[in-house]
Amino acid sequence: MRKWKLGLGVAMLALSVSMPAFAARTDLVLGVILEPPHLDPTAGAAAAIDEIVYANVFEGLTRIGENGDVLPDLAERWTISDDGKVYTFKLRTGVKFHDGTSFDADDVKFSLDRARAPDSTNAQKGLFAEIDTVNVVDPATVKITLKEPQGAFLYNLGWGDAVIVAPESAATNKEKPIGTGPFRFDSWARGSSIKLVKSPDYWGEPVALERAEFRIVPDAAAAVPAILSGDIQAYPFFPSDGVSQIEGDSRFKVVVGSTEGETILAMNNRKPPFDKLKVRQAIAYAIDRQSVIDGASSGLGTPIGSHFAPHNPAYLDLTGVYPHDPEKARALIKEAGAEGLKLTIKLPPTQYARLGGEIIASELREVGLDPELVPIEWAEWLSQVFTDKNFDATIVSHTEPNDIDIYARKDYYFGYDNPAFDQIIADLNTENDEAKRKELYGEAQKILAQDVPAAYLFELPKVGVWDAKLEGLWQNAPIQANDLTKVRWTD
Amino acid sequence: MGAFLARRLLVALLTLLLASLVVFAVLEVLPGDPARLMLGMNASPEALAALREQMGLEQPLLTRYLAWTSGLLSFDLGRSYTYSVPVSALVLERLSVSLPLALASLTLSTLIAIPVGIFAASRRGATGDTLSMGLAQVGVAIPNFWFALLLVYLFAVWLRWVPAGGFPGWGAGVWPAMKALILPTLALALPQAAILARVTRAALIDALDQDYIRTARAKGVSRSSVLWRHALRNAMIPVATIMGLQFAFLLAGTVVVENVFYLPGLGRLIFQAITQRDLIVVESVVMLLVASVILINLLVDLSYALIDPRQRVA
Repeated sequence: MRKWKLGLGVAMLALSVSMPAFAARTDLVLGVILEPPHLDPTAGAAAAIDEIVYANVFEGLTRIGENGDVLPDLAERWTISDDGKVYTFKLRTGVKFHDGTSFDADDVKFSLDRARAPDSTNAQKGLFAEIDTVNVVDPATVKITLKEPQGAFLYNLGWGDAVIVAPESAATNKEKPIGTGPFRFDSWARGSSIKLVKSPDYWGEPVALERAEFRIVPDAAAAVPAILSGDIQAYPFFPSDGVSQIEGDSRFKVVVGSTEGETILAMNNRKPPFDKLKVRQAIAYAIDRQSVIDGASSGLGTPIGSHFAPHNPAYLDLTGVYPHDPEKARALIKEAGAEGLKLTIKLPPTQYARLGGEIIASELREVGLDPELVPIEWAEWLSQVFTDKNFDATIVSHTEPNDIDIYARKDYYFGYDNPAFDQIIADLNTENDEAKRKELYGEAQKILAQDVPAAYLFELPKVGVWDAKLEGLWQNAPIQANDLTKVRWTD
Repeated sequence: MGAFLARRLLVALLTLLLASLVVFAVLEVLPGDPARLMLGMNASPEALAALREQMGLEQPLLTRYLAWTSGLLSFDLGRSYTYSVPVSALVLERLSVSLPLALASLTLSTLIAIPVGIFAASRRGATGDTLSMGLAQVGVAIPNFWFALLLVYLFAVWLRWVPAGGFPGWGAGVWPAMKALILPTLALALPQAAILARVTRAALIDALDQDYIRTARAKGVSRSSVLWRHALRNAMIPVATIMGLQFAFLLAGTVVVENVFYLPGLGRLIFQAITQRDLIVVESVVMLLVASVILINLLVDLSYALIDPRQRVA
């Protein structure tokens, strides 16, 4: 009898160990719209690269969290000298790259020096421009000296473009990415899917997923049946016009969050008559933000009155500076002598630009302007608008995080030039005090809201759709990434 | 027959040469810098210059044209700018989807269209003819895209018989790969079948109206024998022409259907390469397609010669 009981006990124990009561699923198929050109985040601007590898395959000294906060990653902690120029990072030990080589201070020096080298093809080389020297103190300590203090330095190190790579694998990361993250690259069937598997010797908290597959579904119309049929269980950046077909279905969650994408009607400030404040004000008054949001983002965007993300603690709501007022717009146009002004609005091939363009054009016609819409491809947008500055106006979303400083850049495409604004950005670069930084950001926002170098439309929403039993995916997109480290099935 | 073949081959080679010039020139004047596209808005001028140098974009036009064409002659299609892998590997990967799909669709559409066309022609004006041609009319009118989505909702979302899209690759097994191609094959084949059935019917009716048919009938040949032995053979020439065109379309012109089923086919490769200014991929794949269209036309011409001996001297 006792033997029998013992036997049963052992059997039950064995059962409970081998099968933790109804083992939850450990695989996940995610849908992405764009296929990345390659998988090296330090050699390309495509957000599609970060969507696969950020936080999953590659890690940096710091990283950006779901709400845009800076978190320690491969650097466990750091100290900053009083003059704000010397950063000393204490690195995690016992970290291995996926090919088995060890991570240490030499890899950090290699990665940062490579990113800022003369022949570097890093798309955000500017992030590293203030670095003067990178010194290896010991295998677990790195000292970075800046030329000038830089308030956003820790944040900058959290970008995908600043991840740490190994000298042994840097050259082949495009095809076979080797990082220190919780997932290893497994395979890539071009045009079809990219697979990651759990890394067995990850230094941090182990991830719940064993396998993750990113499937490329380029068409919004195909994304809906892919989710409904269960072929794809999560679509973190879902085309917003397909949401209505899924919203009512309890098997799925539709999660709307924010992004760093300020969607603007940028004007060519160096070209008459857009160099006149009155003309730009008139255009701002003519636009009804809500109608643009309804038409171009299924009503999900957040109206903005300046170039700043609403989820940022330093955000000011300035949408009231130029409310929708066609009467005022007409009066200003008359004062400026711009009645019947012909202008072209160049539209890149995104939904928000093409649909938003139609609405804005009709609103501008309403107040006596004569807009013409010119749909163009991204390649043309980059060469005609961005590089050659050959445009009157364009609709585009600036998705880089915290990028209000673009208005201080010389020769940037919209040609805004305001020494007072430039001074604020210069002050921000050297200011480390959070309260003062917030104040400066506020001033910068107010100047842009008044000056309207661009008409500020809305913050691009992030619409995520996934299986209701899935948790841990990001609601917001402070950077365009799909961090899978906390993702698990709940049943 | 030998002279016929030689003349055709010479024309084909000249066409290829001309096509290579046109393709290269058109892509040269296309606005947009591939390096800028890859590095985006924040890229520094030095980073852009470094990348352009790496991609060989700084070399003179003629050097690049000669490097490209001499590569083509030795079957070296170059390296993709965006993927940085050999173009030939990309193309082979895509062909493993597009070629079986095109062949299956063409076979299916032929199997449907020719019997339907013959049936309709033999019952010209009767209910069967009106009905089948009415259906074909609907088939021609239905947009590919919409029909494909209809199939997805019916067979993948509602019945769950097949996946909604994607392609697991032949490495995942023959059946899963074939299963993924069932709906795309249907979506491509049915509209093509509708066109082909109408062409078959028209060609056959045309043939049946010829004098030699009347003569044959007057000699006492039976109605069905006239249809099958005399008229059908003559009607096959326009049908073969259309099939040749359809095959070329099915190989690379199906980007809309590939998008609905998110299949990694040739059509999407070209489409994506154009938007990303992956010029070397566009150039090489377009040349490959030109070559295959020329080859298909050559085969169609040869099939004329088989169908109709008079064509051999023409």
